[in-house]
Amino acid sequence: MEIVLFFLFAAIAVAGALGVVLARQSDHSALFLLLNFVALAAIYVTLNAPFLAAVQVIVYAGAIVVMFLFVVIMLNVAHRERPETKPAQRYAGLLLGALLLVGLIYVAASNPQLPPALTRTDNVADVGEALFAEHLLPFELAGLLLLIGVVGAVVLGKRKLED
Amino acid sequence: MISSSLYLILSAILFTIGVVGVLTRRNAIVILMCIELMLNSVNLTFVAFSRYLVSMTGQVFVLMTVAVAAAEVAVGLGLIIALYRQKKTADIDDVNILKW
Repeated sequence: MEIVLFFLFAAIAVAGALGVVLARQSDHSALFLLLNFVALAAIYVTLNAPFLAAVQVIVYAGAIVVMFLFVVIMLNVAHRERPETKPAQRYAGLLLGALLLVGLIYVAASNPQLPPALTRTDNVADVGEALFAEHLLPFELAGLLLLIGVVGAVVLGKRKLED
Repeated sequence: MISSSLYLILSAILFTIGVVGVLTRRNAIVILMCIELMLNSVNLTFVAFSRYLVSMTGQVFVLMTVAVAAAEVAVGLGLIIALYRQKKTADIDDVNILKW
């Protein structure tokens, strides 16, 4: 059962990722990205991480994809896009990608097989404990980083870059 | 239970698709989406190792990545909008002032 679900959602995730790269229009890319995020959230559930699955749906599928769609619609670049990259550039990219894939899969497959481990059922309590007891400082710093990101986005969006 | 390698291989495939997208697309918004694909594939690796090593640190790391990704998208899209205001394009081949 678990393996069927894994392959189903893995196929959806890979299809979504391919769609992002291959779609001609950037609004289609954003929707394929949504498909990829939701499939990954389902895989997180099979990995016994339901809290992260919820975070994935809320933050990525909810906030980030909407922001992408918003910018795509606002700029309306879909109609202005010229034909894509030169063939030489495309083949070079595919070649480098294939090399990277071979290397990564070699590492992944030669990794020692980890034994299946028992986990507690209360994932949210575990995450909360780890986040607020063990990793409190990084958590606070992440909040600071988000604040700086918001300020930066407002500054970049507001100012006229004329000179 | 599924072998841990399968999750790593899926993550490798998704990461490679993201890299190929960054290398071959020219629309800056799509390039940002491909960076999100790569960040997500690394998140998958973290969650898989967290499951197999029974350590919550991997999942905490994913939460940090999510925060960084959110900040990165906000700033990145702000940059693209500023770029569009100035150059009327989101095509990175038209933005080569710093190119040597």
